[in-house]
Amino acid sequence: MTDLVSAQGPSTPARTGAPLLEVTDLSVTFPQRGGPDVNAVRGISYQVHKGEFLGIVGESGSGKSVSSLALMGLLPSSARVTGSIRFGGRSLLDLNDRQLSGIRGREISMIFQDPLSALTPVYTVGDQIAEALLLHDSALGKRAAQARAVELLKIVGIPAPERRAKAFPHEFSGGMRQRAMIAMSIANDPQLIIADEPTTALDVTIQAQILEVLEKAKELTGAAVVLITHDLGVVAGHADRIAVMYAGKLVENGTTTEVFAAPHMPYTIGLLRSVPNMQTAGTERLVPLEGRPPSLTALPRGCPFAARCPIAIDVCRETEPGLLVHGLTLPDDLPDDLAAEHVADHVSACHRSDEIASGLLTRADVFPRPAPLAVQHSRARAEAEPVLSVTGLVRHFPLTKGGVFSRQIGTVRAVDGVSFSIQAGQTLGLVGESGCGKSTTILEILEMTRPQAGRILIDGKDVSGLGRAELLRLRKDVQIVFQDPMAALDPRLPIGDIIGEPLTVHGVKPDARQGRVAELLDLVGLDPQMADRYPHEFSGGQRQRIGIARALATNPRLVVLDEPVSALDVSIQAGVINLLEDLKEKLNLSYLFVAHDLAIVRQIADTVAVMYLGRIVEYGPVAEVFARPRHPYTQALISAAPIPDPVIERSRKRVLLEGDLPSPTEQIDGCNFRSRCPLYTLLADADKALCETVDPALRSHGQVETACHHVERNDLAISASLAGREDELAP
Amino acid sequence: MAFYIFRRFVNYFILSAIATCLAYVVASLALDPASKYYGRNPQPSKQTITNILNGLGVNPDVPVLERLWNWIVNLVVHGSLGNTVGGTSVVDQIVSRSGVSLRLLLIGSVIGAIVGVTLGVWGAVRQYKFSDQVVTYGSYLVFATPTFVIGVLLMIGATALNGAAGMQLINFTGEYSAGLSGSWWDLTADRAVHLLLPTVALVLIGAAGYSRYQRSVMLDVLSADYIRTARAKGRSRNAALVRHGVRVALIPMSTFFAYSFGTLVSGSIMLEIVFSFHGMGEFTLNAITQSDINAVAGSTLFLAVLVLFSSTLSEVLYAALDPRVRN
Amino acid sequence: MSLLEETNAAGGTPVVTPAPGPAGPDVIRSAKPLSRGRLIWRRLTQTSRFWVGAIAIAVILLWAVLGPLLYPYNATGRDPLNMGLGPTQLHWFGTNNIGQDLYAQTLVGLQKSIVIGLIAGPLGTLIAAVVGSVAGYMGGVVDRVLVWCINLLLVLPSFILLVILSPLFKGLSWVFLTIFIAGFSWMIMAQVVRSQTKSLRDRDFVKAARYMGVPMPTILGRHIIPNIASLLIIDATLGVVASILAETGLSYFGFGIRAPDVSLGTLLAEGTSAAVTRPWLFVFPAGVLILTLFAVSLIGDALRDAVDPTSGVNRD
Repeated sequence: MTDLVSAQGPSTPARTGAPLLEVTDLSVTFPQRGGPDVNAVRGISYQVHKGEFLGIVGESGSGKSVSSLALMGLLPSSARVTGSIRFGGRSLLDLNDRQLSGIRGREISMIFQDPLSALTPVYTVGDQIAEALLLHDSALGKRAAQARAVELLKIVGIPAPERRAKAFPHEFSGGMRQRAMIAMSIANDPQLIIADEPTTALDVTIQAQILEVLEKAKELTGAAVVLITHDLGVVAGHADRIAVMYAGKLVENGTTTEVFAAPHMPYTIGLLRSVPNMQTAGTERLVPLEGRPPSLTALPRGCPFAARCPIAIDVCRETEPGLLVHGLTLPDDLPDDLAAEHVADHVSACHRSDEIASGLLTRADVFPRPAPLAVQHSRARAEAEPVLSVTGLVRHFPLTKGGVFSRQIGTVRAVDGVSFSIQAGQTLGLVGESGCGKSTTILEILEMTRPQAGRILIDGKDVSGLGRAELLRLRKDVQIVFQDPMAALDPRLPIGDIIGEPLTVHGVKPDARQGRVAELLDLVGLDPQMADRYPHEFSGGQRQRIGIARALATNPRLVVLDEPVSALDVSIQAGVINLLEDLKEKLNLSYLFVAHDLAIVRQIADTVAVMYLGRIVEYGPVAEVFARPRHPYTQALISAAPIPDPVIERSRKRVLLEGDLPSPTEQIDGCNFRSRCPLYTLLADADKALCETVDPALRSHGQVETACHHVERNDLAISASLAGREDELAP
Repeated sequence: MAFYIFRRFVNYFILSAIATCLAYVVASLALDPASKYYGRNPQPSKQTITNILNGLGVNPDVPVLERLWNWIVNLVVHGSLGNTVGGTSVVDQIVSRSGVSLRLLLIGSVIGAIVGVTLGVWGAVRQYKFSDQVVTYGSYLVFATPTFVIGVLLMIGATALNGAAGMQLINFTGEYSAGLSGSWWDLTADRAVHLLLPTVALVLIGAAGYSRYQRSVMLDVLSADYIRTARAKGRSRNAALVRHGVRVALIPMSTFFAYSFGTLVSGSIMLEIVFSFHGMGEFTLNAITQSDINAVAGSTLFLAVLVLFSSTLSEVLYAALDPRVRN
Repeated sequence: MSLLEETNAAGGTPVVTPAPGPAGPDVIRSAKPLSRGRLIWRRLTQTSRFWVGAIAIAVILLWAVLGPLLYPYNATGRDPLNMGLGPTQLHWFGTNNIGQDLYAQTLVGLQKSIVIGLIAGPLGTLIAAVVGSVAGYMGGVVDRVLVWCINLLLVLPSFILLVILSPLFKGLSWVFLTIFIAGFSWMIMAQVVRSQTKSLRDRDFVKAARYMGVPMPTILGRHIIPNIASLLIIDATLGVVASILAETGLSYFGFGIRAPDVSLGTLLAEGTSAAVTRPWLFVFPAGVLILTLFAVSLIGDALRDAVDPTSGVNRD
């Protein structure tokens, strides 16, 4: 990947003069009632210069959020904070709450992850923004503050800001709330904006919008930005520098280009190699990063990553490495001027960083790519009967109001005529934004009741005509793996009982059940001895394996995977994805894979169906759809998904969608994507008329079916949006 | 919003109406109004008793649904709830007695709510500090004490105080001093003194419940993200807690108000009797002991109307406090 | 919240060491962490309130059972030489105006009140669990009807309902009173159970069971009830307090326990008229009652704290 480094990246601001923020040896400890202390942050040091964009990357529990809350002085009072935080010449840890509140919101502002819970539900958005202004400028009148709040809402791209300022947070969509949070954060022209996972709760299309707004906010205020995230793709395109955290420690810190091109720390290498990349996904197996971070209450001696590190040596288990500059030998093709600048402050914490930096240990040495599983089945691709066939499926929910005298005030068209089929041994990826109806679709299939309209055939049998006994038999063939591995397992049952539960329904004797459970645990890579343990004793990745084992208990033909890895930490995802791929080969399973992460869909699926507002808008072989998306919505989805590669990310063409998903209660004439369609706005009036009146049906375009009237003209949108972007940046 | 509240009102109205009818039926089945007359000496003739019962509309030989129907018609058409066994009109009784009860209930529950909410917020902010522990244990002590025991203990205390002072500092028997004459001011002051002890008892009960509930709601709010946002904007901790925290924590209290109302009503009924007030509590309990079906039905109607209003009030408060339910 | 979750998650993960052997790379042997039940028990036993309450209750129970055996007077016998006497060495709590020993009476009343509380409290919880979980799980018409019934029962204060119904159990044994008390004390808890069930029903492990074809009663018994068990235990504990309060209240006003049965409520009723002049007749039974209920409340509160994972965390 080193050859991708080029001078195209944004010029890193010169790191001259005194840093704006200087964190030195910061540690945060939470004492626990009746237990050992939690060492959330352990002696981290970093600097942020004026106007710099720093990305802090880490998995949950790595201490990335805690360290940033410590900057703001917003940790619970029970937290013990040591070290020093210097901001603009002042030592923040020496200030009291009142003094800090003079700095918070004025010089340092913060954007939080969940924009719904981060806004007070009982005050209007305008009032809450005005509050931020009035707190730091007592001379400002109430009316002036309101006017400024409206202005700020306009800056962050909220339509009809005058009206919207008077709305309450619950009347905003997730993306709009996050825009409002950004408006609040730039209200007083801060010098530093800390954004704590600002896009994690949002869909990719909205995420792309919010990151644009954040960039705009940075340009307007000239503030430095610290973006905390678990998503390498998000930082790749925006950050100047990246700091990687692991188990409360900073383990690598350098420029974005440098860290992505030549990481020195095995953890960073593992992360980068385990994340599926939409550009390359599907062609090779993912590199798993096994194990999980150590408990922060009982850290092992030595390097906290040693237990998961494939190249750990004895010294790693004895002493914890410090954060140091390593190996000045560079990849040959890196331009010299860049090299000097980048390497000077590229630090990493690993005893073997020198070997990695000098090229003695390549990245493939550290985390080798697993060999693909030899195919054991001759795939019966031409099997006549699909495992699952859905035709014209409809699910509408009446929207009612009131208790005793409820009346219908509308219809939610959750699923509005969906058709697809899955052959044995094949995987269908179902993608779309939240609210597009993909969850309702799979629930309808799993409920196995007569649909409102359309037909569901499983193994060729229509589910609506079946009796109890037949249904129960059919249920054996279709199983589900859920998104959240914590919620999917009953915390009160040992995992042996959980995995064996499907068998109890079919009257399998306890002895036979036990044998099967052991078999299944072995199959998913867990020790059969652990059958009597409870779910809380397992990590997220292990729990998901338990969920998969349960799904396989009855030897199903089809497994519905409902976002099976999106709740897992990035480093765990690859292992689970590989397991799913292996199982599919071994057992000749079919998957219905529901996901919003396009890279993962590309990795695992054979066919993909893109859903929008209860409809499938594009349906075809995965490689074809990703290489040449024909529907403007598919184009937008693919271009919004971040790619963990700064070079690609910075030079990509983007199709940004306007606004949010319309409410599914709305009755839209013609094409229901019209309101957000980038292509529509570019069409001539005559062509527009077609979109406004005729609802496009799925039509074949080569191997792909697309529901758009103007497929031939889809290049328009991309070029136009590029031009638009340049215009925007020009002044 | 007005429509939302109206709809809730209709909902409660139907519930209250059905509850009252059911209470009428249950009372008619459970009570035997004739037994009272059989115990008299000389025993009245069967015919006389039947006449009396018919006159009251409580003859058990008439099917209970027919009696209920007559009772409803009488109520709707004539605005009458029939007569008590003593021969007085139930409506008159309710009119003359309800003031006493409502005064106690209203003053007690309002002060109780204010004190309780304040203590709850205070306890949450100072969680596990000494003052919080005192409030916590105090409220558990109140929970562990039956209402009438609180009343009687207050009476014993007041007697001791009066004894120590050597004069009647606190009068607590009855609703006012019998035979007292004087200016309007003297009479009002006299009533206020008589009201003191039962009000204190009712405030204790109310405050204990409110403070526990407000404390737990407030604790949830303390860890809410928007408190952190407010602080990130530049509010100090205490200012954020008051302006953003307390305001949100009051929302669930409006629902709790409706729940706690039943407890307060039972409490005030017990206190009325302990302190010999001639209010609705005494009326209700006497009605049961005297197997007076009309009086029982009348007082349950009175209670149902009270509950109807308190429930609607709690909905109004809820809608006023929470913009999320308004549309 | 995210901060708390992050630290909790980190704090809750056990010590891990990689496993040797062929079982697979993700196999991790963990030092056995505490199960939820053990964790609750450990937190419970760490609070002083629990011990104060538990020891007090143990002592009171022992006293109620053994006390009468170790005392020369019984509850009904009269001592004509000592009528209306204050506490003495002979009659520890004094006597009433017909010479009955108050200490003996208090113990008998205490027994009855405790038995009623111990039956009615858990019985009310049982009704709440059944009605609440069925309504919450089934949803639809069943849910609407049950919720409507609950709301109907909540219109009138249950004390008033019990008073109106009191003629029905007038001539019957105290067991019926107990059942009636339980029958009117489950509604609010049923609403709580219902809303908990509704949220559990949408949890994935319940959905998974449904999609497997597990029948409803099994789902309720295997997945729903065990997951709200801690809530039910707390409610049953506090239900004991509420039931004893209801019993004493009814008995005090003459609608509950009647002669010849004795409960703390009837004793208090007898003692009230003389409360100001001979306070021991009121204060002793009242004190015993308050002490008992206070001790049970403490246990209930400690339980609640132990069960609620966020309690005890300093959350400012």
